[in-house]
Amino acid sequence: MTGTLTDVLVAVALLLVAAAATAAVLNRDPVRQALVLSFLGLSLALLFTFLQAPDVALSQLAVGSAVTPLMILLTVRKVRRRPGDGGPPQGGAGDGRRGAGRDGRPPR
Amino acid sequence: MSPRGRLGLFLAGAAVVAALFTVACLGLPPFGGAHHPYGDRAVRAAVRHHTSNAIASVNFDQRALDTLGEETILFSAVLGAVVLLRQTADERRHTPAPAAVRPPIRRFGLLMLPVALAVGLYVVAHGQLSPGGGFQGGVVVATALHLLYIAADYRALERVRPLRPYEIGEAVGEAAYVITGLAAVLAGSAFLANVLPYGTFATLSSGGTVPLLNAAVGMEVACGVVVLLAQFLDQAVQIEGADGGGSDDDGPRGPGRRERA
Repeated sequence: MTGTLTDVLVAVALLLVAAAATAAVLNRDPVRQALVLSFLGLSLALLFTFLQAPDVALSQLAVGSAVTPLMILLTVRKVRRRPGDGGPPQGGAGDGRRGAGRDGRPPR
Repeated sequence: MSPRGRLGLFLAGAAVVAALFTVACLGLPPFGGAHHPYGDRAVRAAVRHHTSNAIASVNFDQRALDTLGEETILFSAVLGAVVLLRQTADERRHTPAPAAVRPPIRRFGLLMLPVALAVGLYVVAHGQLSPGGGFQGGVVVATALHLLYIAADYRALERVRPLRPYEIGEAVGEAAYVITGLAAVLAGSAFLANVLPYGTFATLSSGGTVPLLNAAVGMEVACGVVVLLAQFLDQAVQIEGADGGGSDDDGPRGPGRRERA
């Protein structure tokens, strides 16, 4: 690979990384963040490949774009399921206890 | 400490770090150059020990002790996750219902599973020869198994993934690394020194202890990631808390509830 081509590829990958990382920060929904994070992992893997660090790129690809988003998605599923489980999110049996847990003080 | 004081302290510390960091960066070799003082030395040492992947030589030969530390970090992190995410007395376990999977997704998953598994094992086995190694391959192997969760459902995954052997495998991988290091001591050399015959350059058996340590890490990482993901999957799919109030920071519902309380 010639020097100029490498420079262009590195520059493109750097822009991709910057865009994906900014998008991950600006996104407020954890599910979408996990997907953007996955894309960020992919861009970083590309960057590392162009910088001739294939070992790091492989690690980044496996961990950054597969395992981490999966763990975030599973965590979001667990956290979201609890309040909305088996009924509308507001009201229902055991709501008083939930309110206490949420605010750290007993419901009035 | 007052907010102003804290800000002042932070700015003072940040200024010192920024100054030192700038000085350190000015002393670095130029970006993207063909020669690097450490790179040249590491490659020479790797070739001397018949390891064609210089990175593997750095990880498992020249800096094998650092890798032991990293492996132990992962081991302890998985252990911590297991302890934190275990089923507590006020949580109950229920069997998730079989999930319907659309045929194209099922076919794709079942097709990709053996391919991904083979790629992962290949990357582990060729760690001393080509880019990759125990860590990268181990993660690929572990995630490959979870394609079954996408292609079928959780119960199918649990059937091919009885957790006990993976827990044992993780510990064995960690222990194998230490034992290989101690074997070098018994052979009359230093801890984790490369004492085995180096073999023929660029063959599977080359590199002395590198393939052994690499395999130990591969086993530890594959089993560790499986155990780690199993804890998250258990909590997300199987375990239900006694009260719904475990989470207190999800956005949209928070304010409404607070008003009502």
